Amino acid sequence: MDSLRGKVAIVGAADTEVGVVPHLSAVQLYVKAAKLALEDAGITKDQVDGLITCNSFVEPYLYHAEMIAEYMQIFPRYCLNVATGGGTTLAIMHHAASAIATGICHTVLITMADNMLSGLSRDKAIEVMSTAGHAQFERPYGPPIPGFYALLAQAHMHAYGTTSEQLAAVAVACRKHAALNPAAQMRQPITVDDVINSKMIAHPLHLLDCSLVSDGGAAVVMTAAERAKDFKPRPVYMLGVGEGHSHEHISQAQSLTTSAAKEAGERAYAMAGLGPKDIDVAELYDCFTPVVVIELEDLGFCPKGEGGRFVEGGRIELGGELPVNTHGGLMSHCHPGHPGSLFSITEAVHQLRGECGPRQVKGAEIALVHGQGGIMSTHCAMILGKERG
Amino acid sequence: MAAPGGKPVPTPTRETQPYWSGCKKHELHIQRCAACDHFQFYPRLYCTSCMSDRVEWVKATGRGTVLSFTVVYRPVTQAFAADVPYVVALITLAEGPQMMSNIVGCVPEKVHIGMPVEVTFEDWTEDISVPKFKPVT
Repeated sequence: MDSLRGKVAIVGAADTEVGVVPHLSAVQLYVKAAKLALEDAGITKDQVDGLITCNSFVEPYLYHAEMIAEYMQIFPRYCLNVATGGGTTLAIMHHAASAIATGICHTVLITMADNMLSGLSRDKAIEVMSTAGHAQFERPYGPPIPGFYALLAQAHMHAYGTTSEQLAAVAVACRKHAALNPAAQMRQPITVDDVINSKMIAHPLHLLDCSLVSDGGAAVVMTAAERAKDFKPRPVYMLGVGEGHSHEHISQAQSLTTSAAKEAGERAYAMAGLGPKDIDVAELYDCFTPVVVIELEDLGFCPKGEGGRFVEGGRIELGGELPVNTHGGLMSHCHPGHPGSLFSITEAVHQLRGECGPRQVKGAEIALVHGQGGIMSTHCAMILGKERG
Repeated sequence: MAAPGGKPVPTPTRETQPYWSGCKKHELHIQRCAACDHFQFYPRLYCTSCMSDRVEWVKATGRGTVLSFTVVYRPVTQAFAADVPYVVALITLAEGPQMMSNIVGCVPEKVHIGMPVEVTFEDWTEDISVPKFKPVT
């Protein structure tokens, strides 16, 4: 089969309100995100013939996508529930693009949401997510989720001299961008010192090295590139997509300092015929600060080991060489669990449409979005463009 | 005997029972492939290197080095609250495989990457002893 390059377009993208959203249940967040994306696309629900969701931690269903279809009274020919943790969003879009390109369906609605904060409470959410560890060979040792990522941070610091101040620069950049985004959950600017002086959670990670626990939902509508003109907004084209999967449990990882983001990125760049130098804006999975540093290296924005130095001096801030997480990311915009990286997609779409107001990256034509799930386990990189390429 | 106090006590499966039986005797058992000499952990039906089914249980030296570690200040659940600050580490065993464990028997400040460690066991229940690692003395 031919490459997916330029075959599929995103023709609708929207977020619900995010942060603390106690007035909507998990299912309601999915459905509200879906409605907003359909409105953005300028279509009715009857034009949707493919529906993909992730499951909800708070309100799970055995056949979740079918549940959302039933709730909305949509009767798709393609209905799928995907779970690869934080990489779910992009993996879902990879599946959707394949389904569209092969003619299984024409118009796919992807909706993802959860209310980790209001539905579970912060402590309960953290406890639920800790079940990510292997029941016999990890959980007896009490690793919290930040602890898993602290293992990566410590290894990176040891191997390359990366510092806590450098990790903090990631959180500072995200917050700076969130301050420009009225929708973001946390908007008060922070400094490197604020991060370093925040409570130690799992050394070397402080509270402000960790992402948020949130409520929220997002949805996108995808269709074949040649049909994109039938939809309301300016289309954004999928130019490249690639996945990499290296392990489930961090104790089985072949490397703590290089991830399968490398393979995911290489596959996405190869499909797009583009490289890191062509990227105008990057929305990278930032569940914890060291993840962004490792992703910048693995995605080729700087050599291995240089990520710590790369994030310093405003290089990843608006106006810098490579603005990263222009909406505020999981660090400061919101992190409702599985849907996390769908907000990166909706942000990238809005950046490429030029709709981001004070946080707009001027002249943004090509965006790279990366999602990872598990503990640096499952990776998907996607390159989006304003033109079909 | 260290009371688990709500900690997640491992439930052995048919596949992992020999490992936990070894732990009960305070011995660390891992698998070695009789076809290619590859060592592996956790236990599996086939060799991860050559897919041979001739995987055998052997007693490991119980020695290794710290591959990476973290000092946990916010416990994952209340069951671990009394242990704070505790060290969660990845250990590279002398035989090659890596595993997660806690480093015990020294203050967290002493732990560093590359530190030589050896296995020690905490008896949690009559059947389950959990392998942990302490600095080589």
